[in-house]
Amino acid sequence: MLLRVEDLYKRYGKEDVLKGVSFSLDKGETKVIIGPSGTGKSTLLRCINRLTEPDRGRIWLEDTEITSPKVNINRIRSQIGFVFQDFNLFTHLTALDNVRLGLIRVKGMSKKEATERAMAELARVGLADKARAYPAELSGGQQQRVSIARALAMDPKLILFDEPTSALDPELIGEVLAVMEGLARSGMTMLVVTHEMGFARTVADEIIFMERGVIVEQGPPEQLFRSPKHPRTAEFLRRITDLYGGEQ
Amino acid sequence: MTIEHWLRVWNYLPILLQGLSVNLALLGGLITVGFIIGVVVALLEVYAPPPLRLVAFGYAWIFRSIPEILLLLLMWFGPAQFGIKISPFIAAVLALGLRSSAYQAEIFRGALQAIPVGQALAARALGLSRIGAIRYVLLPQALRLSLAGWGNEFAVVLKDTTLAYAIGVVEVMRQARYIGSREFPLTLPAYITVALLFLILTYAGLFIIGKAERRLRIPGLEARR
Amino acid sequence: MSLVFSWDWLPRLSQGLLLTVQLTLLSMAFGGFLGLVLAVLRVYGRGPLYPAYLLASAYIHVFRGTPLLVQVMTFYYALPTVGVRFSPVVAGLLALTLNTAAYQAEYFRGAIQSVRIGQMQAALALGLSRLQAVRYVVLPQALRLVIPPWSNELIYMVKGSAVVYLIGVLELMGQAKNIAARTFRNFEVYIVVALFYLALILVLSLGLRWVERRMRVPGLGVSGRT
Repeated sequence: MLLRVEDLYKRYGKEDVLKGVSFSLDKGETKVIIGPSGTGKSTLLRCINRLTEPDRGRIWLEDTEITSPKVNINRIRSQIGFVFQDFNLFTHLTALDNVRLGLIRVKGMSKKEATERAMAELARVGLADKARAYPAELSGGQQQRVSIARALAMDPKLILFDEPTSALDPELIGEVLAVMEGLARSGMTMLVVTHEMGFARTVADEIIFMERGVIVEQGPPEQLFRSPKHPRTAEFLRRITDLYGGEQ
Repeated sequence: MTIEHWLRVWNYLPILLQGLSVNLALLGGLITVGFIIGVVVALLEVYAPPPLRLVAFGYAWIFRSIPEILLLLLMWFGPAQFGIKISPFIAAVLALGLRSSAYQAEIFRGALQAIPVGQALAARALGLSRIGAIRYVLLPQALRLSLAGWGNEFAVVLKDTTLAYAIGVVEVMRQARYIGSREFPLTLPAYITVALLFLILTYAGLFIIGKAERRLRIPGLEARR
Repeated sequence: MSLVFSWDWLPRLSQGLLLTVQLTLLSMAFGGFLGLVLAVLRVYGRGPLYPAYLLASAYIHVFRGTPLLVQVMTFYYALPTVGVRFSPVVAGLLALTLNTAAYQAEYFRGAIQSVRIGQMQAALALGLSRLQAVRYVVLPQALRLVIPPWSNELIYMVKGSAVVYLIGVLELMGQAKNIAARTFRNFEVYIVVALFYLALILVLSLGLRWVERRMRVPGLGVSGRT
């Protein structure tokens, strides 16, 4: 088991955002978390690399307890890739430098080594020719692909995707999903929060449906989409197909 | 005041320029002192725990509120009071440098606070420490965002260097006074020459800073004001 | 070495403080009026007013581009060489006024230019003359927008007014210098004066914040307009 989340709680002010979430992720597995907005999906992701501190519960990455106060969280974070909804590429750095920064400053690679690695990752997401461009000179889709390359370059054990296509214009979503699908097929371990049901259905090994801070139901995509066990899952799926159309 | 007076002032130009070089040396010194302390104060104001933050804000407020010329006198008489001897030049660099640090801190703080929160999050998510995130991501962005405000501060402190006159630094205004006391009718032309020199320096400096700002400009990273 | 303070300094320093306040407020008021005229000329000085525009621009650049100390000393020490003589207080007040006018002109200009162009057009569409539009529509908005930079300028002028002690004006610094010369307690006297300035600026800042809050008009903020 690569990642284990046990009984996670998080409260913001008066609102309970996570109310006892538990699940696990095996090496090479891709799980997709779906559910209405504001049900704690992003909070859950941020708790996993402790960008947000959970109030209660424990998380393990392999044999290391991430939630232990003794853990070197920077080391853990360097092993967990994170892809943000709004990319968060470093504004003052070129695409190449965005990918190199972590390699040089966190992993302590030489500049030469880091450059080679960064170029390879940019090529992997199809952006080798944009290495010298600043984020503002790239389309949203390209920015998100650079940010995926930035995460990949660190050789993460797993990558967390926080609604990676939600900030994109519709015509740019495809290129990002294609990169993610390629990653999943190559055996990367991925935990993805998304509203892209087509992606969830075709790429995920398992779907987690979350609502109001709890996991309502989880299972393989075919089962969950065809015959959801829980009425709330069925209700959510009906609303989302109304919104985005049927098969995507 | 006649043409002849102006021509005679021309003979004194080397002395005035010598005085001006002292102003420029003061400028270099005080900007450096102000920059180093200003960056530290700004970082404390934004990232330090509350008590230290308060100290930083208090420091900046005090050095923005005491008249420059009084700071000069305090820096000149203060150390002497405790048996420490420093030259008027050093006293001026320190006094004006501390004043500038308070204003530079204001500029850097504004820039730091203008950086979207996601930048720090992304840096931490990569595994950079808090210090690392500030060092490699936030500060470089803040410094570029500060250039415009920094240009303003340059124009202000350049002129403030003349205040060192008050504690006996032999800068350009002191030289102009000497000229006036040696040849009374030359007073006005000498002062006007000093004024012209400052006009040239101010606008040349602003031009260069503007050029630097354009050269260092990064697409998507401009002062959002 | 021990520090020695004395209550005997207070009457003189208070007298000095009063003159500092007077110099500041008078120069701010006169300079504000002159600055407003300069700003209007810079923004609306076209056509037949173009020479006035050039003059206003030159004035602003000269006074902003040269040190206040040079201006003060020019008025007091240099103008007598061409037969123009002022007392220290008048020379000081004049220099401070002309100096702040140039800075205030730029604040007013910024504020006038940040009043949306549609406001002017709407006024003209109503049949107001250009002058009336400026007077009744643009300026009332601009004057509110100018309060924050104007507050900064006031603080600058409190500090700037200290420079005139160098030509012998007995404001706060001038009084301090005299006391220091008599008692040889330079450092102590200047520390007390620093406290005077801090107190004065604290009071002024709080007062200005109060004014700003009272003058606030919904939807007329400083930020977010072009």
